[in-house]
Amino acid sequence: MAATRGLGWAGAAALAALLLSPVISLGIAALGGGSELWPHLAAYVLPQAIRDTALLLAGVGLLVIGLGTGAAWLVSAFDFPGRRVLEGALLLPLAMPTYVVAYAYLDLSHPLGPLQAGLRSLLGLSSPRDLPLPDLRSLPGCILLLGFVLYPYVYLPTRALFLMQAGTLLEAARVLGAGPFRSFLRVALPLARPAVALGTGLALMEALNDVGAAEFLGVRTLTVQVYATWVNRSDLPGAAQIALVMLACVVALVGLERLARGGRGYAGSARRNAAVTRRRLSGWRAGTAVALGATPVVLGFLLPAGHLACEAWRRVAGGGWPDTLAVQTGNTILYASLATGVTVVVGLLVAAAPFLLSARAGRALIRAAGLGYAMPGTVLAVGLLGPLALIDSGLLEAGFATVSVGLGTGAALVIAYALRFLTVTVGASEAGLARIPHTISDAARVLGRGRLATLATVQIPLAWPAMLSGGLLAFVDIAKELPVTLLLRPLNVETLSTFLYGEAARGTYEDGAVAAVLIVMIGLVPVTLLLRIDENAVWRRR
Amino acid sequence: MITRIPPYASFDEGGFAVSSLSGKFAWSGLVLSLGLGVTAHAAEVNLYTTREPGLIRPLLEAYTAKSGVKVNTVFVEKGLAERVAAEGARSSADILMTVDIGNLIELVDRDLAQPVRSPALEAAVPAPLRDAEGRWFALSMRARVLYADETLSGLTAATYESLADPQWTGKVCLRSGQHPYNTALISAFLVRHGAEKTEAWLRGLKANLARKAAGGDRDVARDIAADLCEVGLGNSYYVGLMRSGRGGPDQQKWGKAIKVVLPTFEGGGTHVNVSGAVVAKAAPNREEAVKLLEYLVSDEAQAVYANADYEYPVKAGAAIDPLLASLGTLTIDQTPLLEIARNRKAASLLVDKVGFDN
Repeated sequence: MAATRGLGWAGAAALAALLLSPVISLGIAALGGGSELWPHLAAYVLPQAIRDTALLLAGVGLLVIGLGTGAAWLVSAFDFPGRRVLEGALLLPLAMPTYVVAYAYLDLSHPLGPLQAGLRSLLGLSSPRDLPLPDLRSLPGCILLLGFVLYPYVYLPTRALFLMQAGTLLEAARVLGAGPFRSFLRVALPLARPAVALGTGLALMEALNDVGAAEFLGVRTLTVQVYATWVNRSDLPGAAQIALVMLACVVALVGLERLARGGRGYAGSARRNAAVTRRRLSGWRAGTAVALGATPVVLGFLLPAGHLACEAWRRVAGGGWPDTLAVQTGNTILYASLATGVTVVVGLLVAAAPFLLSARAGRALIRAAGLGYAMPGTVLAVGLLGPLALIDSGLLEAGFATVSVGLGTGAALVIAYALRFLTVTVGASEAGLARIPHTISDAARVLGRGRLATLATVQIPLAWPAMLSGGLLAFVDIAKELPVTLLLRPLNVETLSTFLYGEAARGTYEDGAVAAVLIVMIGLVPVTLLLRIDENAVWRRR
Repeated sequence: MITRIPPYASFDEGGFAVSSLSGKFAWSGLVLSLGLGVTAHAAEVNLYTTREPGLIRPLLEAYTAKSGVKVNTVFVEKGLAERVAAEGARSSADILMTVDIGNLIELVDRDLAQPVRSPALEAAVPAPLRDAEGRWFALSMRARVLYADETLSGLTAATYESLADPQWTGKVCLRSGQHPYNTALISAFLVRHGAEKTEAWLRGLKANLARKAAGGDRDVARDIAADLCEVGLGNSYYVGLMRSGRGGPDQQKWGKAIKVVLPTFEGGGTHVNVSGAVVAKAAPNREEAVKLLEYLVSDEAQAVYANADYEYPVKAGAAIDPLLASLGTLTIDQTPLLEIARNRKAASLLVDKVGFDN
């Protein structure tokens, strides 16, 4: 017993060190420079960059919360023709890397692109000059684009929550006379707050850390400034300083949200958890529901993916399949699967750490697990370079000359993926564990089960749907991940996303489009599974 | 037991069953990480590059076919120098290849390059395009040229300075001022004209922008084709890539909607940047690295740079692609590359100061 716990503490300490290592290594880099950059930033950069970043986050936040909770409510509270298809389709934008959507939309929305050309021919106009429309390459354009791609991060957990436990309370609201809109605002939304906060947090960090789309659309966020400082001025210390200040802001914001949520408990009770009884819609109401629900799917997925598919088709019809695609697809699936496995297992242990070790240490570990996602992928990768090299030389000195997990190996890439996306699986496992009524785990403990045994025999069997959905989300994220893969992968290893990026960067878009379509297809498998899991979970509960 | 092997060995001749599967490369990375031993190629050379794989693959395949030496590559974009520095003495990198003189010099400044003495390299690469001590070599050149609406028939010559003139107000499209291609140009301007004049020029240029400074060079051509703007700056090879149809029929239309003028500095020539390479300080296959560099400046390889990538060869007398030749005779500006690299930080800070990208 004691030995197991000792091992647990040692593991937790090692994991905490690994989680903190990129931040420490960036801190060391930041200390390598003076403070001379800051007057320049304060005078010329920060006023604009902070304003644009704040507007971007506020806009994307409102959009993902509105679209995510609205869509989740629509498919949970109402029944209408096509609802089941829509339930799944609403997740589809998850499968698309944001920068690819940005590329596709720039093609589509450009004055020379099909949308405007079609509109002009409809209006009988010949030159783009006769029909000046707002340019997508702007802050509002970037907000719309990111909002419609990132809303599934909110939709997924919120819908799961509505399915699992909102039923009883909503029924009570209905009995007490609240209409559907009122019960959504007053009961469902407050109840869903942890899920909305989790999803919005993920979406906002994606938006904040994005460089591809922002750079493409000309939005000068703080993240873009990190890259200008680092890449264009060879000022790694300065870049690390900005990155760390940003990280501190993110951590503070997340802490504030937790604080604001306070000690409110959201655990379900042991009995009477039920899904919402759906209200049947027909006629124009059903039509409106379909139209509302389909809009984010069309804008966030069908249009850009359709465009990519067309481009890919042109490429394949013209010159056949790029010969390296099979290998790259294999690499993508292999690395994503391995890293997902690691991320799920570690994520579960971290989420259970408050229960397994101690409440305080466990919560600290959970927060540390969020660090990798709270910074831009390239910044994390650069922060990991030192620690990974250190691990290798440590192993070498300790006499393990036969093992190499350091830089330039597949193992290093898997470790980096796990650190980046750990928060996804930790969050999901946490949510799953939190839904288990305390009385059940307590009963197991009172009956003499150890903590680990309780986790394995009582909690995991009850929480697996949430854990698995976290794993699938992590899989999709890893399969489409670019910056960490680009910097840390071994020699001769190309994944679909690095291949796509290489092609897009040199402007041979058709070649890349085939890879983009494959990334989407790989993403579709887990997205489809995600839905099954939720359905099953509800079914089991009933 | 298992032996520690360098991470660049491959499975091609190893008796490892999985190597015949499509996941060969993935397995090599993963299994290597576990330290399983495999047979290595007789001769190999490892290339870390920021150049897109599609651009250099033809060159490397030709080299392997000719020499039998296997070239292992990894395409890294941002952070190449950081990765090699972190790998330190145990790095498997033999050659570091990058674009932009600033990025190239950074490798030398960070002590990641080693001096190379090679008569072949010294004979092929003119002195201004390489380090006197052999720590870096340019392999190809690209000019920063003016893309203009092909209907602007009066426009046959231009200076970089004139792009800030009020006649172009609301008519200029550019990518970000913080992109190395633009930063290098601004840096060259800075070397020629000093900080005050450069700042005024940047403010004028900023005032002339038709849209935010964003996207890529091809977007400049596309936006000119769409009448969003009339002129802009872009790299010379994109013209070849677009007009040849290699980027698809849409890009071909953009390429044909523009005409190209080789602009000059007042009293100078056209701004040229380079792609280049260094031999890594810790190169485990130093000899092979030098041989590959020598190949890259051979007539054969320089012709590939010219014809497949539409770049200007560095080797004196090497032929350039007809598409590129049709742009006009290139007079290279004489501002030393090293000066341009040394001033890029100041140029980048100026871009911030005038709010160029805002």
